[in-house]
Amino acid sequence: MNCQDILVGPVDAGVLTISLNRPERRNALRNQTLAEIGEVLAGAAANPEVRAVVVGGNLRCFAAGADLEEMRHLDAVGLQQDVRPSLWKRIDDFNKPLIAAVNGYALGAGLELVLHCDLVVAGEGALFGLPEIKLGIMPGAGGTQRLSRQLGQQTAMKMVLTGEPISAERAYELGLVSQLCVPALTDEYAHQLARQIAGQAPLAVQAAKGAIKACQETSLSQGLRQERQAFVWLAGTEDRNEGINAFLEKRAPQYRGK
Amino acid sequence: MEYQHIECHREGAVGVLVLNRPAQLNSFNEAMHQEVAAVLKDWEQDPEVRAILLTGNGRGFCAGQDLGDRAVNSGDAAPDLGQSIDRYYNPLIKRLTNMPKPVVCAVNGVAAGAGANIALACDIVIAARSASFIQAFCRLGLVPDSGGTWLLPRLVGRARAMALTLRGDKVSADQARDMGMIWQVVEDEQLQSEAMQQALQLSRQPTYGLGLIKQAINSAADNSLNQQLELERDLQRLAGRSEDYREGVDAFLNKRTPEYKGR
Repeated sequence: MNCQDILVGPVDAGVLTISLNRPERRNALRNQTLAEIGEVLAGAAANPEVRAVVVGGNLRCFAAGADLEEMRHLDAVGLQQDVRPSLWKRIDDFNKPLIAAVNGYALGAGLELVLHCDLVVAGEGALFGLPEIKLGIMPGAGGTQRLSRQLGQQTAMKMVLTGEPISAERAYELGLVSQLCVPALTDEYAHQLARQIAGQAPLAVQAAKGAIKACQETSLSQGLRQERQAFVWLAGTEDRNEGINAFLEKRAPQYRGK
Repeated sequence: MEYQHIECHREGAVGVLVLNRPAQLNSFNEAMHQEVAAVLKDWEQDPEVRAILLTGNGRGFCAGQDLGDRAVNSGDAAPDLGQSIDRYYNPLIKRLTNMPKPVVCAVNGVAAGAGANIALACDIVIAARSASFIQAFCRLGLVPDSGGTWLLPRLVGRARAMALTLRGDKVSADQARDMGMIWQVVEDEQLQSEAMQQALQLSRQPTYGLGLIKQAINSAADNSLNQQLELERDLQRLAGRSEDYREGVDAFLNKRTPEYKGR
């Protein structure tokens, strides 16, 4: 696929890299960008060599928001028929681990993309915010929902109603970020994390990711039932036997994704 | 670019910034804040500038805020001092401490109020024998700002920091050095040449590595030992990839003087 807005790296040790690459627009996420990400992720889902994906920007900017030029011309009917929700849905549907490497600004749609990711590695000095309210609009790609589920009502309300961003340090304290590091090492550490996950049994990783994401959708008793079903299902995989045998035989497991 | 309240020039790879409102003991007004910020922002990005020297013209280093800007008539609404701290003093202190190259301060005379704390925010502080430091805030009913309450207890200990900030005593250059507040005291007439020599010397060192050292030391006060050990690992990882490190090792092994490029 020929991408204009993103750079896609070769698959390295099971890890695919997507770099947002419109620095002149601070990596603003226009429809084209989301479509390209969705397309690449769909390919990665079908490619057994890909076991984790890292999505990042540059040192100054992860993504500073949506493309306002694109949005300003849409009226209520236009927005009602917009393809954008389906583009986000494709990213949300990706079934392998998606890791965000964040330096600089992750604002508006940029933060919503971060919230679509399973893990977040951030450089000190990164800023996370939903400034939509300052434009007379509000988050429209899961910002209000995912942020309040992840961080609680008080933090979500403050961020969404004032539009003021929080620092990477604060985001780490609040649990929005799993790992904090010096900015020059963000991409490297995100890849380290991705490689570590890529070395696990792929089917177990996918099942576990699905189980954790289901947490937002279900009651505890339903969630526990789903977890148990996935747990039982994994017993039918070859990798499960390999994993347990390798542990008991004190050797490194050789997973095959079967 | 022409500046009204400061002078600045380059000497080798040293950016020299001189506060220049001698009649007001170089106290800050908004225009001076803007000029200082513009110069520091520029030098922060400029790879040709590898050390900064900050000093003042006349008999004072800096008397903090120009109170001429702050006269409050009875009946007037109280000024919002927080606003000028937000807009000017806090960004200045952050700019000096986050500057990825060493900042030498030559304290040529009295450093009072925010002026004292701006000097202390620099990396290496050298004072003229006749210079002095005064946490003058308490005398006006104010609180030390520009990082004073954070830095002073770390520099001189809680007991001294309390007395200095609650009493507002004048501290001589020698006393300041003896209590660990500053690095060095030199005779008045030697201050500028000595400070410049030290800045020039620093400007030839591995600048990138020095910037990482600053970052480590400045982060230490907020970090636990475990966090700091991890930060040291990360910064060392970066330092080990610099050209200057290769040059340093190569020069050492070949018994020659290294020529650092600052990257």
